[in-house]
Amino acid sequence: MKRWLPLILFAVLVGFFAKGLFLNPREVPSPFIGKPAPAFTLPLVGNANASFSPADMKGKVWLLNVWAPWCVSCREEHPVLMALARSQSVPIVGLNWKDKGREAEQLLAQTGDPFLAVPDDLSGKVGIDYGVTGTPETYVIDKAGIIRMKHIGAISEEVWKEKIEPKLQELGA
Amino acid sequence: MIPEIGNFALIVALLLALTQAILPIIGAQRGNLTLMAVARPAAQGQFVFVGIAFACLAYSFITNDFSVVNVAQNSFSQLPKIYCFAATWGSHEGSMLLWALILGFWTTAVSVFSRHLPDDMVARVIGIMGLVSAGFLSFLLTTSNPFLRLLPAAAEGRDLNPLLQDPGMVFHPPMLYMGYVGFSVAFAFALAALLSGRLDAAWARWSRPWTTVAWSLLSVGIVMGSWWAYNELGWGGWWFWDPTENASFMPWLAGTALIHSLAVTEKRGAFKAWTVLLAITAFSLSLLGTFLVRSGVLSSVHAFATDPARGAFILGFLAVVIGGSLALFAWRAPKMLTGGRFTWFSREALLLANNVVLLAAMGSVLLGTLYPLLMDALGMGKISVGPPYFNAVFVPLMAPALFLMGVGPLARWNGSSLPDMVARLKWALAISVATGILLPLTLNGFNPWATIGIALSIWIALTVLIGFRERLKYTQGGLLSRLSNLPRGFWGMQLAHFGIALGVAGITVVANYQTERDVRMNVGDHTQLAGYTFTFQGIKERQGPNYRAAEGTVEVSKEGKKLFVLNPEKRIYNASGMPMTEAAIDPNLFRDVYVALGEPLDDKAEIWVVRIFYKPFINWLWIGGLMLAVGGLLAASDRRYRIGVKAPAPAPAGVATQGV
Repeated sequence: MKRWLPLILFAVLVGFFAKGLFLNPREVPSPFIGKPAPAFTLPLVGNANASFSPADMKGKVWLLNVWAPWCVSCREEHPVLMALARSQSVPIVGLNWKDKGREAEQLLAQTGDPFLAVPDDLSGKVGIDYGVTGTPETYVIDKAGIIRMKHIGAISEEVWKEKIEPKLQELGA
Repeated sequence: MIPEIGNFALIVALLLALTQAILPIIGAQRGNLTLMAVARPAAQGQFVFVGIAFACLAYSFITNDFSVVNVAQNSFSQLPKIYCFAATWGSHEGSMLLWALILGFWTTAVSVFSRHLPDDMVARVIGIMGLVSAGFLSFLLTTSNPFLRLLPAAAEGRDLNPLLQDPGMVFHPPMLYMGYVGFSVAFAFALAALLSGRLDAAWARWSRPWTTVAWSLLSVGIVMGSWWAYNELGWGGWWFWDPTENASFMPWLAGTALIHSLAVTEKRGAFKAWTVLLAITAFSLSLLGTFLVRSGVLSSVHAFATDPARGAFILGFLAVVIGGSLALFAWRAPKMLTGGRFTWFSREALLLANNVVLLAAMGSVLLGTLYPLLMDALGMGKISVGPPYFNAVFVPLMAPALFLMGVGPLARWNGSSLPDMVARLKWALAISVATGILLPLTLNGFNPWATIGIALSIWIALTVLIGFRERLKYTQGGLLSRLSNLPRGFWGMQLAHFGIALGVAGITVVANYQTERDVRMNVGDHTQLAGYTFTFQGIKERQGPNYRAAEGTVEVSKEGKKLFVLNPEKRIYNASGMPMTEAAIDPNLFRDVYVALGEPLDDKAEIWVVRIFYKPFINWLWIGGLMLAVGGLLAASDRRYRIGVKAPAPAPAGVATQGV
């Protein structure tokens, strides 16, 4: 029995590693889940006179996508967001985070605008209120204005199908 | 064209590796000399073709061929040429190719320096190394091909990660891999012995110099990595217990246990099963490190771009190689009869205790490294394990190993007398304990950690001297000729142990007595630290080859006398826009004065946060580390390995003359 011990220990380790391949060590559960989305009022990109506030979305299930023109992974998820916008599956609000170069308006005009509204968080303060760790991050917010899910990193087709869409259905979007 | 030649060379190398793996092992099992004879040429051919592939990739980097994805992602037209070359192994794909190249190198070395070994042994050893090569080459070709094209070509590369643009990058990874991969030789010898069923001490004697050389190079690699982090990260730290560092440290700990255990197996025929298991463990930990760093299961500051497909491939490979060898071990274990009796107080027993402690220390590092993954996989939440855990667990575990290091080399094989040992060592013990207690008192009061560290360091140094004195006692002639007549094995061991003494002294002093300050400095401001006065003389803009730098000038003086000027830099790299801190260090044998620029505090960038460290004895750490490696290489070059054909008979019981 003793001589099989190293092999058994190793087999247990392999089991853990196999499980570990499907986990993301960088993804930390957000303490904001189950809490009301922090309130804010920000001017819109392209129309500084108008403003957006999460209260405007009461009664709807919606996505708050935190992005920035300087963010490369945001460009990666852009086509997915465009497809969602075309199919009108869920309203997406794109928080333009720390856009110091003021490029958001031009970029959206060039590549297409999947967002219902683009609040302009130049100072990054709203991002801090939401516990943003980097871009892109996406929050699922329910009809009562409660944060139900947070996804860190770009939304791919798979993330949408396996993670976000089921959640939206559960919330009755 | 060149990248396609490289790709083709890799495919040929894979086919040769498969040939090298399959035919000689079958030949050895059947006693077919023709099949066994395939081993050497196949291994050498494989090395040549991996070498061609590597040269093609290096050529693509040096000529800035941005039509190769790997080059476009990891190089830049303004990158200095030496870093273009080093960028060859700066990416995941390139570093895997380097791994394969070094494995080919070790295999070829075995094929050349194994003339005196039995044919079936050589065939099996080369065959097993061929299996490992085939695994790595198919990994390269299927999931990590470094020669993939980017069409149309990129106009400009994305630049090598600025952290890697340091002379350390040129030498550190090749050294580290030479060490990691070098353990494959001991692994192959152990498996060959298991396969053949001839589990006597012969395999231990043959693999011992190889293991010692690999261990020495791994030591150099780790020391260089630490030195690089110290210079390049700007935090003044030299070890962070990051998963990637741990991934190189665990094979080192297992390898340290292995070289000591091999000594016992070779000389006394004891610990046979244990030594085989250690040889498997050391190389398995090297493979495990590759998996941990590249699969994305752990988050690390060094992480390569991760990809689950790669992770799955390496995990499957690990399962086959490690699982297969452990299964073979379990199957053959009953054949390994324990030989060589010894009493509880003998060199064997002390080396066994050293082995147990080293493996426990390795286990504690492994547990700390994997703990976040284990918790996450069990759904028990996300946690991270940091330096406090490692310092609290690892340091107390190593203290007994360091104490035993003083006793082991002076004990006799088979059995020693404890009262006799106490009589030989009482003065060394008294001096080291007294210095350990008194020295901190004269500095700044009682400090138990400093006491333990200093006492252990002096203990090891004194026992090394006692070792020399006892060896010289019965020899004739002038001191110099008597010293030079001592075998290199003895010199190597003593030098390595003395290096540990220096390293422990350095670590203890720098951990307990370093001082640091973060100060806000405007032009002309002064600050004091450890008796030195630092005057900030302002910032100049400087243009580097591929970066812009803000270069600070800090004049350092003592008691009104100007000593030297330090120029720490803050660099912004053109391609990535990444900022880098380049610390400026004035080193000497007893202290480093280390200055790094923090952030500018005003818009005109005239006022800066400046970090100043005074690091006493830190260089002892690196000098000690290098002595470790030199000691290892010296021991591996001992005469008895070079003559080699006939093994020396085991030393008669009760004679402690051969160095371990």
